Amino acid sequence: MPLYHNDDQAMLADSARGFMADEGAIAKQLRHFRDIACKDGFGHALWSQFAEMGFTGILVPEADGGLGMGHVEAGIVLEEIGRNLTPSPFLTSSVMAATALGAGGDDLRGRYLPGLLEGTSVYAVAIDEGPKHRPERIATSATRAGNGFKLSGTKSFVVQGASADMLVIAARTAGSDDDVDGITLFAVPKDAAGLSLDSVRLVDSAMAAHVKLDNVQLDADAVIGEVDGGRAVLNKVLSAGRVGAAAESVGVGMGAFDMTTTYLKQRKQFGKLIGEFQSLQHRAAHLYSELEIARAAVIKAQQLLDGGSDGPVSERAELMVSVAKAKAGQAAGLAVKEGVQMHGGIGMTDEYDIGLYMKRDRALAEFMGDQYYHAQRVAVLSGY
Amino acid sequence: MSDPDAFRAEARAWLEANCPPEMRAPVQSEEDVCWGGRNFKFKNPAQKAWLEACVAKGYTVPDWPVAYGGAGLTPAEAKIWREEMQRIGARPPLSSFGIWMLGPALLKFGTEEQKVHYLGQVARGEIRWCQGYSEPGSGSDLVSLQTFGEDKGDHWVVNGQKIWTSYADKADWIFCLVRTDKANKYQGISFLLFDMASPGVSTKPILLISGNSPFCETFFDNVSVPKEQLVGELNRGWDVAKYLLGHEREMISGAGGGDRMNTIGAILSRNGGVEDPLLRAELAMFDVDALAYGAMGEKFLDEVKVGKGHPAGSNMMKYAGTELNKRRHELLMAAGGSAALEWDSAASNGGSRARGWLRTKANSIEGGTSEVMLNVIAKRILDLPGA
Ligand SMILES: Cc1cc2nc3c(=O)[nH]c(=O)nc-3n(C[C@H](O)[C@H](O)[C@H](O)COP(=O)(O)OP(=O)(O)OC[C@H]3O[C@@H](n4cnc5c(N)ncnc54)[C@H](O)[C@@H]3O)c2cc1C
Repeated sequence: MPLYHNDDQAMLADSARGFMADEGAIAKQLRHFRDIACKDGFGHALWSQFAEMGFTGILVPEADGGLGMGHVEAGIVLEEIGRNLTPSPFLTSSVMAATALGAGGDDLRGRYLPGLLEGTSVYAVAIDEGPKHRPERIATSATRAGNGFKLSGTKSFVVQGASADMLVIAARTAGSDDDVDGITLFAVPKDAAGLSLDSVRLVDSAMAAHVKLDNVQLDADAVIGEVDGGRAVLNKVLSAGRVGAAAESVGVGMGAFDMTTTYLKQRKQFGKLIGEFQSLQHRAAHLYSELEIARAAVIKAQQLLDGGSDGPVSERAELMVSVAKAKAGQAAGLAVKEGVQMHGGIGMTDEYDIGLYMKRDRALAEFMGDQYYHAQRVAVLSGY
Repeated sequence: MSDPDAFRAEARAWLEANCPPEMRAPVQSEEDVCWGGRNFKFKNPAQKAWLEACVAKGYTVPDWPVAYGGAGLTPAEAKIWREEMQRIGARPPLSSFGIWMLGPALLKFGTEEQKVHYLGQVARGEIRWCQGYSEPGSGSDLVSLQTFGEDKGDHWVVNGQKIWTSYADKADWIFCLVRTDKANKYQGISFLLFDMASPGVSTKPILLISGNSPFCETFFDNVSVPKEQLVGELNRGWDVAKYLLGHEREMISGAGGGDRMNTIGAILSRNGGVEDPLLRAELAMFDVDALAYGAMGEKFLDEVKVGKGHPAGSNMMKYAGTELNKRRHELLMAAGGSAALEWDSAASNGGSRARGWLRTKANSIEGGTSEVMLNVIAKRILDLPGA
């Protein structure tokens, strides 16, 4: 398969680009919901528009009423989300939670997928338990009780947790904290007794929750997939989230880069356009090549994931997903830092958008593992 | 195109039957490379057999038309072919400036007669070419070149000096930039082909820091060049030169695969070379970049084959690929410790790691420096002012 978008994908990219530039624009969404201190940090109206566009069901199989597409297509939407810094539950709900639900039975899918497809429901994913992404270690416990399970523990960095109608929660049903096996995924309704959320605003104005589970009683039908055998599903959810975040990062980087090169062609100092200075030209050219490489790594990872979408994540796909997340994080990180610097003083103002790119980039870099985490994974997966 | 699975099976079977085991080991040194040409001495019978088998099928230049010595593969087939070669670690049967540089330029600018004649020779490995671009006063600012061809009716008489001419002392022919109009800077250069055995051509090898001497000063003293050996239009050689440079840069970038994109952490650790956690971390970051660049190379080639992608993209590839390769060799040296310093011992295979490391420093100079690549990206891709 060639590493570029086919005709259908190019069409989707066109429509996603137009839609996001109009409806998802920074002034209309990010700034608006930030400035009114919205408790969700995003707009539900836009979320229904996502549904009308078909975006919410991109990864949902056709049999379940979705579009049955893949990570390449989800990534197309995410790149535009990134470019416009559009706040939405797309990554958590339509990419990660949808991937988790894909492993659920008819009953769970029937309960949760229609709301997702219609853009009326929002789902969150609770995996990490500390400030750094460490999904290998899961201490939150689920013990058998009555007809189901009792969950206890804490989860952190649950993006849009407080807005979610249901949380996908990874908990331990067997073994000790660092064991690979013994993980089970649960679909936990927001009103479950014993579930409490402390919602905090992040640097990029997104809302994330610290989640407390205090003997949350769930029926057995809340289990997604197999009891104790949740690691394979979790890996799929993680891969989907990582490659999705990487695609969004590339969009953030590209957006910041476009703003910056535009500015280089407008701003004059010393009687010249600042874009005439070779020191800035070279840095812009270097940045361009880093972003292009990141984008190539992301498409490669997406294609590899899509190639084996039915089975567990292949080792080659896992490797390239980590490469993509690390590289996209590096490249976008460089884009926002160079972006702010090359704007001079105006780049430090709240009124100007470049700083918003820097904030979003920082949050995305952390989400689903930063470049150090993923470089480390590349080493381990490569055998050293 | 043919059914991809059927083509893959066919390619795999053919390689299995025809690629000698000795030709499936990584290239260790310059002597392992088959350059072809009038005076080439095969290192062993396997190298010769491998070349001959490929020549017979057009596989030295798989995507060139059959009429010019290629196999006429479609882009998709050529990609499969590359993958199958890589799968068994097959060495290229033939490496040459004729394949990487002159060939693409002739395919675009040559007459039918020139294509049949010169491309066929290249594909069969009969003639080895060298590149006469740089001059002592004209490196990055190539267009200022002074080597002059005086019009003598049916031929030119060429006088001047080139420098850094790789393998000039081993090459049979040269593709050479010659000024044919002194009044016109850009539109006063012609792209000429001539025999290095012509009277008046002489070469003087230059020793590199790696201790090897692969390139030369090249002198032209009243060299007669027949007019039919002009490629493209008179005085429009700059267009041919630039087009060729695009291919040269693509080649140097390593986008086509090979060891340029391989990761190094696993191999180095296996040999017990990486106890230092900070070095290990550097290797991991390098491997991320190498794998990402590998995807970039694949994407770049996929796009080139169908005319997508930016026409100046090879400059970006050259910049990124050569800077990456320099980093790779810095890490190889660091992991190797004092063993990597040995210069001529048998254990070090004649100092191959140190010499290889030094050689890579040229990657970001030859074919246009990294700084020049960044200039080109700024101007042609980013459209920055005054670039
Ligand atoms: C191993 C090797 C093989 C080669 N083989 C061949 C060959 O076969 N045929 C051939 O014709 N040539 C060959 N070359 C020559 C090569 O193309 C030139 O060395 C190269 O183009 C640079 O020219 P220069 O050496 O004159 O450096 P210069 O142009 O003098 O550059 C010196 C420094 O100045 C920088 N610089 C120059 N201009 C600018 C600018 N505008 N902006 C910013 N920085 C600038 C350069 O980047 C460099 O760092 C080879 C070189 C090497 C090292």
